[in-house]
Amino acid sequence: MSVQRELPTDEARDLIALTREVADAELAPRVNADERAERFPREVFSLLGGLGLLGLPFAEDVGGGGQPAAVYLQVVEELAMRWASVALGVSVHTLSATAIDRFGTGDQRARLLPAMVGGQLLGAYCLSEAHAGSDPSALIARAEARPGSGWVADGSKAWVTHGGLADYYTMFLRTSDDARRGISCFHVPADTPGLLAGAPEDKMGMNASHTATMTLDGARLGADALVGEVGQGLPIALAALDSGRLGVSAVAVGLAQSALDHAVAYARERHSFGKPIIEHQGLAFLLADMAAAVESARATYLHAARLSDAGRPYSRQASVAKLLATDAAMRVTTDAVQVFGGAGYTRDFPVERLMREAKVMQIFEGSNQIQRLVIARHLARG
Amino acid sequence: MKIVVCVKHVPDAQGDRRFTDDHTVDREGVDGLLSELDEYAVEEALTIAEARSASGEDSTVTVLCMGPEGATDAVRKALQMGADAGVHVCDDALAGSDALATSKVLAAALRTLEFDLVLTGMASTDGLMSVVPAMLAQRLGLPQVTLAGKVELDGTTVRIERDGDSATEVIEAPLPALVSVTDQINDPRYPSFKGIMAAKKKPVNTLSLADLGLSPDDVGLSAAWSVVEAVAARPPRQAGQRITDEGDGGTRLVEFLAGAKIV
Repeated sequence: MSVQRELPTDEARDLIALTREVADAELAPRVNADERAERFPREVFSLLGGLGLLGLPFAEDVGGGGQPAAVYLQVVEELAMRWASVALGVSVHTLSATAIDRFGTGDQRARLLPAMVGGQLLGAYCLSEAHAGSDPSALIARAEARPGSGWVADGSKAWVTHGGLADYYTMFLRTSDDARRGISCFHVPADTPGLLAGAPEDKMGMNASHTATMTLDGARLGADALVGEVGQGLPIALAALDSGRLGVSAVAVGLAQSALDHAVAYARERHSFGKPIIEHQGLAFLLADMAAAVESARATYLHAARLSDAGRPYSRQASVAKLLATDAAMRVTTDAVQVFGGAGYTRDFPVERLMREAKVMQIFEGSNQIQRLVIARHLARG
Repeated sequence: MKIVVCVKHVPDAQGDRRFTDDHTVDREGVDGLLSELDEYAVEEALTIAEARSASGEDSTVTVLCMGPEGATDAVRKALQMGADAGVHVCDDALAGSDALATSKVLAAALRTLEFDLVLTGMASTDGLMSVVPAMLAQRLGLPQVTLAGKVELDGTTVRIERDGDSATEVIEAPLPALVSVTDQINDPRYPSFKGIMAAKKKPVNTLSLADLGLSPDDVGLSAAWSVVEAVAARPPRQAGQRITDEGDGGTRLVEFLAGAKIV
């Protein structure tokens, strides 16, 4: 079923139509096989880049689409309806490029962004470390300045989406022990000597999207690798956090919409006691609750996106959206398996995969406990 | 090289397609789109024009569409793919037009345009009659070169390949000519976001019947040479034949397949 969307312009309407056409033709036919084979679809990112779908939030001078967050995120949601790993990849890639876009020098923007936006360069975003997921100020991977010759970096970054596959890594490394200004942001090309990718994690779901630890072993970074100023890393990371949370919210809503669509189609077709199971009230109400959860989660992330587009603070609303959308995705995908009954528990149907994919969304991009913490802090501050 | 591509706006085959009381297609109740088979014609036109432009010859692609107001969506999609300009023939009197009337209107519109080549799809995905290209060639006195699986041009002639079951025909005609293309000829491109933005600035000329010097009496349902008397949905598929294996299951399976002339 096509989602009814309220879009601000004709071009946004055509953009959604294009996304649906491409996603139906290029993503939907291969998602099951690629997820099972744990195969990352690099060529899909080249295709999306070529069509202009990787640069929607960026300015037109670097090849971007100049689209508001509320439009960009609905494109991400449409992709997630067919393939959550690809939609997540788009969100992470966008995040990795955002640091260059907002804090890079004119030269870095002109040199790097067109290829990032065009899909020739695939990005990854490295903030978490094994002992520092929810608390980025505790990270210890370091970069030491070498006078006149750039930086030498050592340490490990954990849970890197596109780890080992990306062409560049937007990395946050400690450059001093200063509590507030001790972290800096770096652009690290994949072929940097001393940068090593670990084996991909053996995950419960999202298997086409590879996640790995990236290790720096005396890695030599050029002087032009620094993004923003020395010590500006934490503000750069925090600025991206809110938009990243909206990206994950959109992915979760797309995933939940897909589970709902599968469940409704099945419940209209499958008969028991002489009628389609959707006509049994016990099941019908379950489906109604699923629909309500999906639509309220969509409204919530779009509200936060529109605040962002209006230049207003939206940090609390982004956390509310992330919490609500990912919890909704977990519940809706679990209930979708219930609607399918025994069939839903088999890999012959996609809903068990959707349920496995939903779980991680409650964990990454700030666990849902952290989201509650953020929301509560806003409330306490008044 | 000036190329005109004739395109049709059709109901989405994925949607719930219905007919109105007069047995014409209900175009209100379902989303419409550029007929998928016409995308191959648009792609071929763009490929030809791009190649010729690259070798220094000024080349343009114009899309021509007859249909109700919503049919501008089909024109816009072709412009987003890369066509340069659109012509949309739109008039209330056109509702219910048959293939003869459609070819008359398209021919009249083509007479107002300059072209070296007219490209069409092999059929529309709703009507599926496949006769408009031939009628159009006849009305315009153009060589009729249909069902091309490959198109080659030099400055003065067009040469196509038409794949049959047992042979491939090679057909050559002088320009200007009308060529219809099959769904085997290319892989139509998606519009890009850049294409979507660029299409907003491209000209679309809307023409009425009066603009083309045609009378409402020549077109529409009342002028149609054929009349749809009744429309019925295809009956639901019958339940299959169940064979219980009593030791002879294999034999009976082969008998069934042989009866259906499959083996």
